[in-house]
Amino acid sequence: MKHRSFFWFILPSLAAMLLFIALPIVSVFVQSLFVEHEQVLVVTENCGPFGCKQVTSVDVEATQAMVEKAPLGRFNGFGTYINRNHLAFAEVAAAWSSAQGLGDFAGKVMNLPFYKALLFTLAYTFIVTPLVILLGLAIALGVNALPKMLKGPTIFFSLLPMIVTPLIGSLILFWMIDAQGIIGASLQILFDDPDLSLKASPTLTWITLFVYGVWHSAPFSFIVFYAGLQTVPEDTMEAAMIDGATRWQRLRYVVVPYMTPLVTFIMLMQLMDNFRVFEPIVGFSASANATSLSWIIYNDLRGQDTQLFGSAATTSMLTIVGVCILLTPVLLRTWREFNRKAV
Amino acid sequence: MCLKKVALAGAMALLSTSAYAGCGLSGGSVRILSNDFPALQAVAAGAEACAGGGVEVSKNQTTEHRDLQVAALTANPAEYTTAVVANSSIVPLLNEDLIRPLDDLVAKHGGDLQKHQLITIDGKIMAIAFMANAQHLFYRSDILEQAGVAAPTTYEDVLAAAEAIRAAGIMKHPFALNTKTGWNLGEEFINMYMGTGAPMFKAGTAEVAINNEHGVATLNMLKDLVAYSNPDFLTFDSNATQALWEAGELAMATMWGSRGGAILDDEGSSEAVTSTTVLSGAPTWGGGSTPASTLWWDGFTIAKNISDEDAEATFVAMLNGISTEMVQANNDAAVWLIKGYAPGAAAQGVSATASSGTEPYPMLPFMGPLHTALGNELSDFLQGKESAEQALADVEAAYTTSAKEKGFLN
Repeated sequence: MKHRSFFWFILPSLAAMLLFIALPIVSVFVQSLFVEHEQVLVVTENCGPFGCKQVTSVDVEATQAMVEKAPLGRFNGFGTYINRNHLAFAEVAAAWSSAQGLGDFAGKVMNLPFYKALLFTLAYTFIVTPLVILLGLAIALGVNALPKMLKGPTIFFSLLPMIVTPLIGSLILFWMIDAQGIIGASLQILFDDPDLSLKASPTLTWITLFVYGVWHSAPFSFIVFYAGLQTVPEDTMEAAMIDGATRWQRLRYVVVPYMTPLVTFIMLMQLMDNFRVFEPIVGFSASANATSLSWIIYNDLRGQDTQLFGSAATTSMLTIVGVCILLTPVLLRTWREFNRKAV
Repeated sequence: MCLKKVALAGAMALLSTSAYAGCGLSGGSVRILSNDFPALQAVAAGAEACAGGGVEVSKNQTTEHRDLQVAALTANPAEYTTAVVANSSIVPLLNEDLIRPLDDLVAKHGGDLQKHQLITIDGKIMAIAFMANAQHLFYRSDILEQAGVAAPTTYEDVLAAAEAIRAAGIMKHPFALNTKTGWNLGEEFINMYMGTGAPMFKAGTAEVAINNEHGVATLNMLKDLVAYSNPDFLTFDSNATQALWEAGELAMATMWGSRGGAILDDEGSSEAVTSTTVLSGAPTWGGGSTPASTLWWDGFTIAKNISDEDAEATFVAMLNGISTEMVQANNDAAVWLIKGYAPGAAAQGVSATASSGTEPYPMLPFMGPLHTALGNELSDFLQGKESAEQALADVEAAYTTSAKEKGFLN
């Protein structure tokens, strides 16, 4: 395609991306550099149903005057990025100098909200992504081997976890794993431990969230692999069969190499999605044991009566940086392969 | 003759309905934003009765109201003419100067309001309170009797009773409070800390003052209490504790008074549980005399960015919503602060808590960031993963960072 016609083809989506993705990111970045004006506090007398009292409140007029002069607030540079609720440079440095041994240092760093969330986010990403790919492939191979009549219904039921809204899906599972729910109660009987609770211990909460993540995303990779399986060349398969390749060898040396581009595709999508894990943490009420970067953003914006826009913007920018770092190796690889093919 | 009378009577009836429909107003628009639970639905229905004769009434009742209110009232004209708020959610509206003083309207229309309904800030009436809420103790008289303990009045009594119940083999996890990580857990700390009588901030500043022996004692008390809770306690919100109570799995619990009606009604529970459930005041602890709870009010405010006509229409319509007739029709839906209210069984706990000197939830501009910091940083301690001192230091650090970003601290 000529460069010119390519440009005209892509212009509408390019314009939409610029308007709805690039510009908002710029705006979020600008917001992350500012903090709110100093609030002018005054002591006044408040009265209510339960009596009167001297209390501190904001001098609205004085504060509004400052806001009108500079609506964005005070410029803070990268101050929000390095404060305790984000990268916490000062706290990490203090932990390094005072820590007795690496374990103590790690413990102190993991006590900081950003690193705690980052640890879970990365663990979730790197455990759920490969499992989703493996399980998806396994289901696709299984469904592909079914007799024709059963395929339709099986595909439909396999897709259900993805069709269910994430929050609803996690809430349903949350109630099922309750000590009085069907899964929770069965596990207690199975392991003969009346105190077993999937919600209480950090390890079990993490495992529950991982299982949920795999359950929710496996249909996506299944359907992509299933579509890919339909295009595996019959003659290569037949040639392999004539050469006496077993079912496993055909899978290993014909099907899997043929599906590599799909694996890359699913990996890219899953890395991005899993790095932004959020709904299961809310659905499972798991924030005591597991927080993610997206959950921190939510908490800054919706966790209280007042919002921390600068803080939320900072975490958003750090999430974007994180996604970029995660995707770089995969993208580099794809780029190299693309170049090799072009030559 | 007869026909004439009938026609006249019909005309009179029509006249009186239209006069009633407008609540004596000639026009105006009333747009209500509020939380969504039965008591507020009754209030909104009362306000809607004023619709007609040029008066329009619309409502948006949603549990997400707190997240809508600032943006909605910043618009000019404001999206809603009234926001129904509580002690904590009025703070952002005050901070941003989005609600108007009500002194003139109260003088003109507010003859039936009682003095304690007027929320006065800096000498100006900013909200009209109509109902109250507080967390307090619920207990099962039959189980306490079976374990041979008296009704607890302090949290030390609660601990002793819980131990007795456990030792007698009646229940393994007899106690619960709303300790879900986040807002609920923050509220439990604040309630318990209130029982010490110590201030939460250094006077006249936004500097937090909980990182001390009172804070440590508060945390230790909370940890002692949750030792008698189900290990899932960090996921317990009001819905969870109410369900446990109604299932008969608890002997004592600290829950919101507003749940009293739902717990005592004949839905979702058995006669054995509801007939022995007693609502009593919030306990004290550590030898203090202030109950470990905070008082909450719900009330309505009037937006600043609307016409005076709409403001007056809204005020009159909302007064119709909180009328004595509404209270008499919905007596048990809430603990009303309105004339004509007869406290029923479901209000016993809140009444007892309010009358024993419980402090209101602090209406401070920087309370929100502290509440959030408490909610997020305390679960490690309650799970035994860090010391009380470390947890309080974390809270202080998290609060200070947020307060700096909000401009309360330098």
